[in-house]
Amino acid sequence: MSTNHKDIGTLYLIFAIFAGVVGGAISGIMREELREPGIQVLGKVAMLLNGGAVDFDQQLHLWNVLITAHGLIMVFFLVMPAVIGGFGNWFIPIMIGAPDMAFPRMNNISFWLTVMGFCSLMISPFMSGGTGNGAGVGWTVYAPLSTTGSQGPAMDFAIFALHLAGAASIMGAINFITTIFNMRAPGMTLHKMPLFVWSVLVTAFLLLLALPVLAAAITMLLTDRNFGTTFFDAAGGGDPLLYQHLFWFFGHPEVYIMILPAFGIISQIISTFSRKPVFGYLGMAYAMVAIGVVGFIVWAHHMYTVGLDVNTKMYFTAATMVIAVPTGIKIFSWIATMWGGSLEFKSPMVWAIGFIFLFTVGGVTGVVLANGGIDDVVHDTYYVVGHFHYVLSLGAVTALFAGFYYWFPKMSGKMHSELLAHIQFWIFFVGVNMIFFPMHFLGLQGMPRRYPDYTPAYQHWNEIATYGYYIMSLSLVVFFINIIYAFVAGKKAADNYWGEGATTLEWTLSSPPPFHQFETLPVIKDEGHH
Amino acid sequence: MTTPGPDKALRKNRKVGLMALSLAVAMLGLGYASVPLYRIFCQVTGFGGTPQIASEAKAAAVNATGETISVRFDSNTAPDMPWQFKPEQVTETAQLGERKIAFFIARNNSDKPVTGQASYNVEPEQAAPYFNKIQCFCFTKQTLQPGEEVRMPVTYYVDPAILKDENAKGVEQVTLSYTFHKLDESGS
Repeated sequence: MSTNHKDIGTLYLIFAIFAGVVGGAISGIMREELREPGIQVLGKVAMLLNGGAVDFDQQLHLWNVLITAHGLIMVFFLVMPAVIGGFGNWFIPIMIGAPDMAFPRMNNISFWLTVMGFCSLMISPFMSGGTGNGAGVGWTVYAPLSTTGSQGPAMDFAIFALHLAGAASIMGAINFITTIFNMRAPGMTLHKMPLFVWSVLVTAFLLLLALPVLAAAITMLLTDRNFGTTFFDAAGGGDPLLYQHLFWFFGHPEVYIMILPAFGIISQIISTFSRKPVFGYLGMAYAMVAIGVVGFIVWAHHMYTVGLDVNTKMYFTAATMVIAVPTGIKIFSWIATMWGGSLEFKSPMVWAIGFIFLFTVGGVTGVVLANGGIDDVVHDTYYVVGHFHYVLSLGAVTALFAGFYYWFPKMSGKMHSELLAHIQFWIFFVGVNMIFFPMHFLGLQGMPRRYPDYTPAYQHWNEIATYGYYIMSLSLVVFFINIIYAFVAGKKAADNYWGEGATTLEWTLSSPPPFHQFETLPVIKDEGHH
Repeated sequence: MTTPGPDKALRKNRKVGLMALSLAVAMLGLGYASVPLYRIFCQVTGFGGTPQIASEAKAAAVNATGETISVRFDSNTAPDMPWQFKPEQVTETAQLGERKIAFFIARNNSDKPVTGQASYNVEPEQAAPYFNKIQCFCFTKQTLQPGEEVRMPVTYYVDPAILKDENAKGVEQVTLSYTFHKLDESGS
């Protein structure tokens, strides 16, 4: 039970990769089911889970269980543990010149609570959930489907998983805030911190403000389910819509929680491989602050179709579009950093440029969806699924791989194969675009999300998306081969293997860094910043 | 910036950590506070089709204007509610500002006494701030004996101020909808 931030960071990364494989396998079942119309594979999987014959409703229920598990795993147990728990724990203390996190033992508790949350979520599909085994409510856990609509303990286990993961993240956030405010090395002022540190600081505040609201909402779900309260039950004077408001008050900042640290990683990488400081450093830092602040006042754009009046929709449309401004500043500044830079297309850089491209595609469809009027038409269609996978599955996950290849030799002391990393990028890039780009067409043609079956008219693009999934899986095989290669035959990594563009403090240490770094604190000189 | 001693650093960390924790606890409190806040918000603004409840005094100050609006009555029962519940007339025409009374007929079809309470809503939403109820069977619990049938009254008026509201322009009919829910005999 180590309390060392580097050990905990490594544990988080291993855990996130494991959870990601589970969540990815679930999406494999879903893509295979959607390859053609009709119900093909759900029956077999349902029989495995229930351990016996299943009726048709139980097969369909399994679909809901799969989308729930996929969403919750990818959000709470892949992206968040990887970017915040993994890279955050590893590099925040090092980048600000601190020996460790402010509360090392709480850090350890955070990690193991996350693991317990994952276990609770994994128990859920094996418990009774009313129609069949498992909680089939989607990652949004809307009432009344999650209250009167899901009898049995499966739903309670899923909610409990959210409680545990939420508590872990809140503790992590407190830890990061304290570390960043109190433990910076002499001379490391707030305005000299690397942008990855800024991104995690903003993210920590978002976690602190958003997650308790989710905790309140899902606790109300639990008492509605088990103790006869009627927070979300109209029969007792409650309102199911209130749950949606509470959920999205958390849910919208949550998407920035996932993407802001990715922004930070990309900034470090673009700067390193352009051999230039980031263009418009202060603008970049405060753009993230602005995204964080505005992210709290746009939540109802997830609820355009619940019956909001025109004025409310107008406000949420306008406020949502405002977010495109700081986001545009970031995209612009990354490009401006590369402009005139001494570019080197090492694997992290290629992944980072891929991120900028894919994230921008997702951002553009986001601006489309921000319109209340357009959303009335494409709400809950595959257009939305395509949009948020472009920013998360293609955006955040691409940034994860970028960060992984950027820092893996630093963390392990072994060089990965650049060739394999490049090959993985191109396979991944082709695969994910094949999966998710056709979803825009399907959505515009009216294919609704959250259904295991569809009319044969939608088969063509669904088939292509499924083939894309297999290509994407192949890229993960290359990824794991690359890790094995690094540990078996990888060259020893130098202190600063990326050369003079890499200027942050982690490059002043050995690879891997010593167990305790900065026993005498580094002093940051007063020249420029990163 | 001088390097603080270990004790001082620890105290400083504890202070910032506690501040961050209290922020999280405050947000948790706000999450719960949102329940009554949301209810008040809906009652005050008519948000989401919440009609207004008017006192006798307030109602007495409003005069009929001559302009008319159509009012439609809609009635539903929750799936587990063994009552028959319907309005005496489906639509009626009311003058703006005129105090009207409408009746609903409820009959308990089961062989047990059943207590119920109605939830209510107004469509279109922008008319809700002007739809005032003075008295309504839905304000209290109602108990019906087996086979009992009662007429349940609601007194209401539509505020003439609706004419001045840009958003409520073109609203020619207001629907008042009720759903009767069965209340647990033991609890609530």
